[in-house]
Amino acid sequence: MRFLPAGDLAVSVEFGEEISIEINGRVRALEYLIQQKALPGVVETVPTFRALQVYYDPREVGYDALCAAITELLPQATTAVLPPSRLVELPCCYEDPELGFDLEVAAQRLSLPAGELVRLHGGAEYLVYFIGFTPGLPYMTGMPERIHIPRLETPRTKTPPGSVSIGGTQCCVYSVESPGGFWVLGRTPVRLYDPDAAEPVLLRPGDRVRFNRIDRAEYDRILARVEARAYTPVVA
Amino acid sequence: MIRILDAGPQTTVQDGGRLGQLRYGIPPSGPVDRFAFVLANRLVGNPDGAAALECTLVGPRFEVEAACAVAVTGADMPLSVNGKDAPRWATLALKVGDVVKLGHARSGVRGYIAFAGGLDVPLVMGSRATYLRGRLGGVEGRALRKDDRLRLAPAAAPRPRRVERRALPDYGGEPTLRVVLGPQADRFTKEGLGALLGSSYEVLPQSDRMGARLRGPRIAHTRGHDIISDGIAVGSIQVPGDGQPIVLLVDRQSTGGYTKVATVCSFDIARIGQARPGQAVRFRAVTVDEAHRLLREWDASLEGVMREESA
Repeated sequence: MRFLPAGDLAVSVEFGEEISIEINGRVRALEYLIQQKALPGVVETVPTFRALQVYYDPREVGYDALCAAITELLPQATTAVLPPSRLVELPCCYEDPELGFDLEVAAQRLSLPAGELVRLHGGAEYLVYFIGFTPGLPYMTGMPERIHIPRLETPRTKTPPGSVSIGGTQCCVYSVESPGGFWVLGRTPVRLYDPDAAEPVLLRPGDRVRFNRIDRAEYDRILARVEARAYTPVVA
Repeated sequence: MIRILDAGPQTTVQDGGRLGQLRYGIPPSGPVDRFAFVLANRLVGNPDGAAALECTLVGPRFEVEAACAVAVTGADMPLSVNGKDAPRWATLALKVGDVVKLGHARSGVRGYIAFAGGLDVPLVMGSRATYLRGRLGGVEGRALRKDDRLRLAPAAAPRPRRVERRALPDYGGEPTLRVVLGPQADRFTKEGLGALLGSSYEVLPQSDRMGARLRGPRIAHTRGHDIISDGIAVGSIQVPGDGQPIVLLVDRQSTGGYTKVATVCSFDIARIGQARPGQAVRFRAVTVDEAHRLLREWDASLEGVMREESA
């Protein structure tokens, strides 16, 4: 574990050099403890794979005092302290090549029938390591090893929001139209980021996610309800 | 109420910023030049974080529909009221029908217009700041357009004041930006760090509120330019594979996977944000302790710089 200054207003608390559930669990546990104890001078925190970025107000707490206060919390920073996580169900339409436009090529690349790729991807449970890059975009793992796949050689410039995609060991759902280097297998009609909603961002760090397989007709029905603001995602 | 007659290329509502949402991928936004923004608000008697306008390279033209006080600060944009020159960095009392115009910036990039009472747009996640990429806050999450009408919160007429000449920032020349090295300074060669701290870097036109792109001597990596994605602070100097630095600003992405060689201190964000395309900047390393001392000096530089004007 080490403290790395990120300018005059932030410090990065780095737990390791790898992407693992264990390390990310410690990152989120430390964040939770900092929130619970309301450490003086802390403005906000951003968890990522293996580091917690802590933003502070140096007028209220010095760098050394902050690092000391965080160090004191470290022994308790295990997933045992975290509250139970939520399970969020995202309906996903894989079957329409208009939505899951990389499904066939990704399946070929993995030497799998497309149906088997869908079964493997749709059957897994995913953990949201953190939210980042664009508003509401979840960085998730939990994919079966059989469908780990190198990222696209040439990232596309525009990926539609809702695109359910895989790259490396990770799965993500694009939250706004953005560039992207992941293979798009399907699309969810649910909005992960909706600036006009009372709570614009759906997912939180630590959530578990399941994809519920739907056909195009169901996709269109849910989309119509989402657009009419008459759809509530299933959160358990 | 004011009515926009001509919005200029990018005029947005900004306030003190949207804090606490970075863990959901939503940046703070707020003004790029906090010094000019705070003084504009103080000149009209507002709290430091009241909602005001930030305009970019060319200011807006607007008509006053109810008497109000305004103050214009920041980039050197010629200011006129009803076609007659008016002072910047000073309280101006306006009456119904007055037309205010800010022209092309002669130095600096971002101008600020504060109104007594502050702009009354809806609070979104605790802030009125506009985040353009996320279509959030301000006026429908977008830059202002012709015929937009903005309401002002009620306020008493402020005492007219102006900022003393000695306190006015100089946006020209080749500013030196103070940086704290790291978090990934160890991923760069000695020559790479030497280039960063010993050369000047030119601001490129592709710069915006998300980041300032710079061009200059290569900042070379030791072993690759990718890291496991982690947090990006305001001022983070990200260096992708081409060795050219990008200084991330108030509308930055919350996380990223490029190495960050250093972080521009908060009190110098305004100076990079006011550097025009083609203008050069330099970097100087300071310790965290020095940075905090300089931050206190910056806080102090905002005090005692306004003088009462005899009306």
